[in-house]
Amino acid sequence: MNPFTYARAQDAADAVRLGAEKATKYLGGGTNLVDLLRETIEQPEKLIDVTGLSSDIQVRADGSILIGAATRNTVLASHAAVRTSFPALSRALVAGASAQIRNMATVGGNILQRTRCTYFYDNAGSRCNKRNPGQGCDAFEGFNRNHAILGASSSCVATHPSDMCVALAALDAKVHLRGASGERTLLLNDLHRLPEDHPELETQLNSGELITAVELPPLPMAARSTYRKVRDRASYAFALVSVAAAIELEGETVKDVRLALGGVAHKPWRAWKAEAALKGQRATVEAFRAAAEAELAMAVPLHDNAFKVELAKRTITTVFAELMEIES
Amino acid sequence: MPITVNGEHKDLPSDARISLLDFIREDLHLSGTKKGCNQGACGACTVLVDGSERILSCMALAVQYQGRAITTIEGLSANGEMHPLQNSFIEHDGFQCGYCTPGQICSAVGMADELRRSVPSYVTANLSAGKIEMSHDELRERMSGNICRCGAYNGIIDAIAEVQAASRAQEAV
Repeated sequence: MNPFTYARAQDAADAVRLGAEKATKYLGGGTNLVDLLRETIEQPEKLIDVTGLSSDIQVRADGSILIGAATRNTVLASHAAVRTSFPALSRALVAGASAQIRNMATVGGNILQRTRCTYFYDNAGSRCNKRNPGQGCDAFEGFNRNHAILGASSSCVATHPSDMCVALAALDAKVHLRGASGERTLLLNDLHRLPEDHPELETQLNSGELITAVELPPLPMAARSTYRKVRDRASYAFALVSVAAAIELEGETVKDVRLALGGVAHKPWRAWKAEAALKGQRATVEAFRAAAEAELAMAVPLHDNAFKVELAKRTITTVFAELMEIES
Repeated sequence: MPITVNGEHKDLPSDARISLLDFIREDLHLSGTKKGCNQGACGACTVLVDGSERILSCMALAVQYQGRAITTIEGLSANGEMHPLQNSFIEHDGFQCGYCTPGQICSAVGMADELRRSVPSYVTANLSAGKIEMSHDELRERMSGNICRCGAYNGIIDAIAEVQAASRAQEAV
């Protein structure tokens, strides 16, 4: 680790003021950043600890929920209104990492965690365009079983590792930001970028901009939602494929649907094509499979991860079939 | 405001880079907490914050825990008496080499508190239920952040299950 100074922000205004200085990083629970510091992939001169900022969870009269960015993952997963009104989010959170890490990790930090691509972490031995722009990518021809099948580019095939973000993407969550020039709100779906020619640029955040809260808009259909994670072992592993889904029926017809995928792309992947294919259809296993086919038609697998294409289709189909069995 | 470790006030390191794990082991010479992977993948460094919240001390900077109370495996025994989990691990052969054991036991203490607070897990079937139904699958999932390379998992789960059952029976009285 390179030397850095450490300061605690008293409030969001204080954090943004401190964060405007050069070579500064915001520190949440540290469960990813401390690792990146240790590997000297991140080399800030100053850390601003933002864990003392808002960790309130406000349930509003319209059914929306405002979550302070310093809320720990365990606390959010355990919240009664999240468990009953947005179960996909609660399930996604407890699918992530281990209990110890969920106790430390914040909501803001979870969103901004970086890929676990092993070539990205292999600072000394591998080329990586995300770590060293223009250097090349050793994952593209290397061991890429865990890598992206959707939205990747020739410069980067890394995946976004978050489970929570996949649920947030499906639930139309908004992210509240505060920076030197004021406050703004972005859809979570618009916050992360695809790699294209600049995989080092991972989000739409401006320099020094801070995530202050996540907002779940009212979505009554989310009471019938869930999250399924497929991984190489039963627990404590990153997703090969994950699915966050919600469905609303009118008789036997799909009135509305939400679907997002994890483990398949550089960002949480909202499955717009599958949603469009399902809306208005009879809710049958054949229709779920057809919707999954529509989404995965644009998949471009690498030499080690073609299995993810079929795995994603089957997981989507199974998750919708299971949601049908839940009483609305 | 210093940090408290096993009930004793300690001065924090001046270098912000020192992890809570290295502070505990190298500065305070409490070698019970183990350094396994040092990257958040094994659970050997698990300690408790403010009584019963389990965290990984390798992923924590010591300065972040200013004003907080840390409990390590050395702090779990009181007046020379071992913690019930320590006795149960011996009873059930919950270890072979013993390297992961301090982390396993601290983790189990934290897990018991999460169960009391009805924190859900990935295998919890009904998220809306107030009380979590204890099961073999729940224990295994909840302890999955602690790896044992000797593979003593059956003994570990038996040891924890016995102490869990005893404390649940006591709560029911």
